[in-house]
Amino acid sequence: MGRQTEQNHIRPQAGGSMRDRFSVSGLVLAMIGLPILAGLAGTVGPAFGLLPALGGGHLTLDHFAELAAQPHLSRSALISFATAIVTTGVSLVLVMLFTAGYAGTRMFSRIQHLVSPLLAIPHAAAAFGLAFLVAPSGLAMRLVSPGLTDYGSPPDWLVPQDPLGLTMMAGLIVKEMPFLFLVTLAALPQVPLVQARQLSASLGYGRIRGFLISVWPLLYRQIRLPVFAVLAYASSVVDVAMILGPALPAPLAVRITEWMADSDLQMRFLASAGALLQFALTVAAMVTWLVLEQIGSVLLRWMSRSGVRKADDRLLRRSACAAMTLSAALVFLGLAVLFLWSIAGLWPFPALLPGSVTFQAWMRALPQAGDAIATTISLASSSAAIALLFSIGLLWQGGVRDSRAFSSVLYLPLIVPQLCFVFGLQILSVALGFDASFALLLFVHLIFVLPYVTLSLSQPWQALDQRYETLAAGLGKSPLQVLLHVRLPLLTRACLTAFAVGFAVSAGLYLPTLLIGAGRIVTITTEAVALSSGGDRRAIGIYALLQTLVPFGGFLIASLVPHLLFRDRRAMRI
Amino acid sequence: MKPDTTDGLHLEAISIALNGRTLLSLSAHVRPGGILTVMGPSGSGKSALLAYLGGFLDPAFTASGRILIEGDDLTGVAAEKRRCGMLFQDPLLFPHLSVGGNLLFGLTPSIAKRDQRQRMVKQALADVELEGFFDRDPATLSGGQKARVALQRVMLSAPRLLLLDEPFSKLDSDLRQQIRTLIFSRAKSARLPVILVTHDQADADAAGGPVVVIGEDIGR
Repeated sequence: MGRQTEQNHIRPQAGGSMRDRFSVSGLVLAMIGLPILAGLAGTVGPAFGLLPALGGGHLTLDHFAELAAQPHLSRSALISFATAIVTTGVSLVLVMLFTAGYAGTRMFSRIQHLVSPLLAIPHAAAAFGLAFLVAPSGLAMRLVSPGLTDYGSPPDWLVPQDPLGLTMMAGLIVKEMPFLFLVTLAALPQVPLVQARQLSASLGYGRIRGFLISVWPLLYRQIRLPVFAVLAYASSVVDVAMILGPALPAPLAVRITEWMADSDLQMRFLASAGALLQFALTVAAMVTWLVLEQIGSVLLRWMSRSGVRKADDRLLRRSACAAMTLSAALVFLGLAVLFLWSIAGLWPFPALLPGSVTFQAWMRALPQAGDAIATTISLASSSAAIALLFSIGLLWQGGVRDSRAFSSVLYLPLIVPQLCFVFGLQILSVALGFDASFALLLFVHLIFVLPYVTLSLSQPWQALDQRYETLAAGLGKSPLQVLLHVRLPLLTRACLTAFAVGFAVSAGLYLPTLLIGAGRIVTITTEAVALSSGGDRRAIGIYALLQTLVPFGGFLIASLVPHLLFRDRRAMRI
Repeated sequence: MKPDTTDGLHLEAISIALNGRTLLSLSAHVRPGGILTVMGPSGSGKSALLAYLGGFLDPAFTASGRILIEGDDLTGVAAEKRRCGMLFQDPLLFPHLSVGGNLLFGLTPSIAKRDQRQRMVKQALADVELEGFFDRDPATLSGGQKARVALQRVMLSAPRLLLLDEPFSKLDSDLRQQIRTLIFSRAKSARLPVILVTHDQADADAAGGPVVVIGEDIGR
């Protein structure tokens, strides 16, 4: 306590001319804000018929009429809307109940260790794993067949592509829940958890109810932007929807993507109109969420006024814990099934395990995947490295700490649906005569990687004891020397972790890679998702595993390098 | 008569305020080798005073007054050019450097030759009975050893004054006396003016110099 209050007197070192010469935050603001604005403009124009490069020269609403005439459009939109609300709601409520029931306990840190790695697994890989589990011929059905079901051959169920999109929602929940959990973890130190727990317990409140009344409103305020990011993502997701979502009709974003990728360039007008509909849909989901927030806060107020204690909430608590564990287990189990398929010889239904093991599929796939792997790794490592440099510059200049507005802009790429502005960017780049190039793709990846890298680095950055820097300046070191010789070495692990996070984000990015790469630049992720329609389970298993292994390699390096660098420095290895 | 400002540390009408409330006002002269003890309850602005002297005061505070060392005006000079050595309640040895690396980091750049730098650091270790500790990991040192390394690191930087922020408060009582004696005698022999911020009356007694109590009846 004492140290914290004393530190408040000390400002982060300033006065270095180098630091004040130009503003990194201005540059980043432009780097993120301008492409989004330009991309949105590039979407709006064609939607109203303005795209001179394709002969669109006058304002018209025809493309919206064409859009409205698409079969089952409202059903597609409705599924996307429901997916957004259900996914966000279920993930958030689970994380909320679990945190309420367990924050500060041993179980909490155990689950934390179980759930953290899930963040590195790309959405598509997790979705494939889930598909392989729940499909009629998947592992779940094999477990109970033929003993319990009498099925000698897989039943004729429409799973995972069920018409209500339930499997798709489940696939999103198992991935978004770890994300919300980790941002909650990051916000937790900023709320007076222990005191609130003691106070509410001494008044006789159950753990969950006491937490919800005393801590949750403070906590929710901190994680609100990430919650909206989940909402926007779920409303417009493409890769997971292609793998797990309904087919006829597909969710809105999938149909728009198909129009965008259509070889008939005239379809781009329709796609643009669709992208605007998507934008409106996401906004509608957000407005709905705002209403739900109000209802939630009324409920909470009513709960706190009623005086009801709900002292025994073991059942609810354990259900939340079980749900968290189950969703993590599903992802890991899914990966295991992917692996099994990748090495399976003949594996007829309902055998639980493949009859034989063979590496033929790997031998066949690896040489073909080589280019995609190389592209993925170079794209991911260069975008993560550039993003790390920018983040360090940003944090060094104090841009993130100083303004809330800035962090909102940083979140913009996560809150505006990718579809709505990346497509516009693609149209603009075509109109300006840019070819699909690595540099352009790198730039677009950077827009998405930078926010995650900065968010990942900013907490340890601010947590570092500022007295180290004070002391170094007292020893006569300039701000730049302090940065290079004190701060960055002390934050080695945090920097590497931020790099790995950025690496994983880039490696898992589907839609921007698909649209900007224009089919000429392919990564493991675009290849894997492209396989989803084919149904070659061995190839899917291999690509989904590769997709998981590449980012995992990043995290492995991030955790090993500090051990090597600081072999002889005990305090640096924790 | 105008006071002579070329000798030791002069604090001229230092005043620090936060949100319009004056936390402290202080004028003092600390002779080379002398110790000024500043006492006061927490929140009284002791740390703000050290931050102002060191050049780190958060812009939320408003401060005025001049800081003169041997006649040079330090007010407004960048922190890294002031050569204000600081010791905190934690030794804060850099965990990524060896013990020797910590001292080399502190050692003034005016000594440029590599082997001479090494020699001086080894001598500094020997001076505090830590021969052979050059390559040690700071994390493996005892509390007293860390405190001695921290002291030598700041002394090697050729400071013009020392700012001590409750540097003994985390040591147990035997060690506290030992380290206190060591730091005071080193400062005295190097003829450094020292400002000691503390809660502990025993520190003030051991320092033996003038004591200023701040944070009482100011700005109420």
